[in-house]
Amino acid sequence: MTTLIRNFWQSLIGQSKPAPQATVMPVVQRPRLPPKPSHEIAPNDPLVAYFQNARGSVEVDRINLDSPAVRALKAAGVRMTVPLVSQGDLLGLLNLGPRLSEQDYSSDDRGLLNNLASQAAPALRVAQLVRQQQLELQARERLEQELRVARLIQQTLLPKELPSLPGWHVSAYYRPARAVGGDFYDFLYLPDGRLGLVVGDVTDKGVPAALVMATTRAILRSAAQRWDAPGRVLEQANDLLHPDIPPKMFVTCLYAILDPQNGRLRYANAGHDVPYCRSSSEVKELRATGMPLGLMPGMSYEEKEAILAPGESVLFYSDGLVEAHNPQRAMFSFPYLRTLVERHTGGATLIDFLLAELAEFTGANWEQEDDVTLVTLQRADTGQAATDSSQPGHAIRDKEWRTLAEFTLPSEAGNERLAMKEVTAAVQDLGLPPARLERLKTAVAEATMNAMEHGNQNRPELPVGIQLLASETVLAVRVTDQGGGQPIPDPHAPDLEAKLAGLQSPRGWGLFLIEKMVDEMHVIRDGGHHTLELIMYLGGDNNASAKL
Amino acid sequence: MPAQSFEARVRRQGGIAIVDLHGEINSFADEGLSTAYAEASSQNPAAILLNFAGVDYINSTGIALIVGLLAQARKSGRRLLTSGLSSHYVEIFQITRLADFMSIFSDEASALASVPTPAS
Repeated sequence: MTTLIRNFWQSLIGQSKPAPQATVMPVVQRPRLPPKPSHEIAPNDPLVAYFQNARGSVEVDRINLDSPAVRALKAAGVRMTVPLVSQGDLLGLLNLGPRLSEQDYSSDDRGLLNNLASQAAPALRVAQLVRQQQLELQARERLEQELRVARLIQQTLLPKELPSLPGWHVSAYYRPARAVGGDFYDFLYLPDGRLGLVVGDVTDKGVPAALVMATTRAILRSAAQRWDAPGRVLEQANDLLHPDIPPKMFVTCLYAILDPQNGRLRYANAGHDVPYCRSSSEVKELRATGMPLGLMPGMSYEEKEAILAPGESVLFYSDGLVEAHNPQRAMFSFPYLRTLVERHTGGATLIDFLLAELAEFTGANWEQEDDVTLVTLQRADTGQAATDSSQPGHAIRDKEWRTLAEFTLPSEAGNERLAMKEVTAAVQDLGLPPARLERLKTAVAEATMNAMEHGNQNRPELPVGIQLLASETVLAVRVTDQGGGQPIPDPHAPDLEAKLAGLQSPRGWGLFLIEKMVDEMHVIRDGGHHTLELIMYLGGDNNASAKL
Repeated sequence: MPAQSFEARVRRQGGIAIVDLHGEINSFADEGLSTAYAEASSQNPAAILLNFAGVDYINSTGIALIVGLLAQARKSGRRLLTSGLSSHYVEIFQITRLADFMSIFSDEASALASVPTPAS
């Protein structure tokens, strides 16, 4: 008996996956000849239905069907065929050519074949399932590997640190979707202390999007060093990107340049989501027209300008936020985002606030559809000095900031003295006159106490972070607590008469003292933290006495 | 940071009670300062001089304690003087306007000289 079983494939009708197909094998005329290619039986071939009703071996000549599969069997010289059926699925056929003796198959032969088929079918089914699982696993591993590469590219290229601009607070949030979209953001440090800010989104996902993102980022970085105007930078990026970008891919991108000295923000937009600018009275859209990068060469980009006053902020974002869906398939949407930006009145940062709203909107089992990127730029709500028009933005004119010291202290009473010591040591080379050093020490001690007592509720396990930055002309000390719940009030002059008359608590001098000791004081809120930023001008005529 | 050191001792010179303060004036000084002030005022002096010569640190809580003492002194119509403050703390007393309510002298002698000696 010359038989051969090979390449039986999958089950039949009524399954949602690609219809698996049974196959018809050629009968090998001589044992050692290589097998001819197998034939697949289409799921709608009448033979399939035939074998669902007929069991056991069948002589091919007796099958009276208009069936391509039967014709194929006959052409291959098959005399006898035995269906291999498992759990109602036709997995394949056991095909036999004529007996070498040229006699018909006997009932014993048929019995043997049926017996063989009934045992082979489940074994074959198991083998098929194992094979299928192996293939699926390999496919999944390939996909995972791709995702890892895409994620790696993106994470490597996203900024590792946020810009430290005294008087400004920059926050960023990026959460990739599982499939890793093409979101990116970037900070560019430009001459004269200006900050370039990029937020973009590449169409497509995975490795192709990540590679285009990397290219776009490099092109923008280079163009931003060469050109001063945001519109020109996008124009250049578009022209360079267009010849190389894969078909059907493009990049939406917003590029803005902030002059921290005066709050001037110039921007151009290549089809990216329009940022929102929030002031105390309204929310404005920062619109500028322009085509996405990479679609067409020779595009020009409108350039606009906004001035950010103290306390004002701008939100840049990607469509992963506005296009998120809730379980009822409603979209988060631009109008809702705008409403939330309007509704946000401080407390947690805008980013934390929006993420909490997003989580509430999408519900617990949300499968994130696209990358979510949020970048905020906030001008600090300044104390009296920063609004003093005689010294506009003096503190932030400089480009180069170096970190003099960075340390944390447990929130234990008396630790403000340690802060004073550390700060004294850190600034010893700055040449502060003794009187100003004393003022700085008092301001640092009071800011540290404020952070320990009010921010961290005197819980020793909550640290106070202290960072000292210096440029050529400015020293900035940032004192950060861990307790975002309680806002730092505005400093005001205590009413000493009321205190002496016993009408008010004798306490409440800290913020007032700090503000009087330094040249500028800024309050920065950042989610779970408050930062008091103390500014002292260095050198020149900046060593005047404290503000009385 | 170890427990803070603060000490206050009261002595009398002429009709003036002098409270010599040593160490740091912060929340840890609360009790010591109150006790010393009570002792000083119990002698019914013409004025109380807070001698800050031995003080190297006053924080905002310390300022609040001094405001408390000043409130007591004003209530009982007693004059409160200071001496020995460093130039930095003189500045802080000016900024906080404590200087408007208590006379600041550079040293003990000039503080004592400012109080008329009662006729004996």
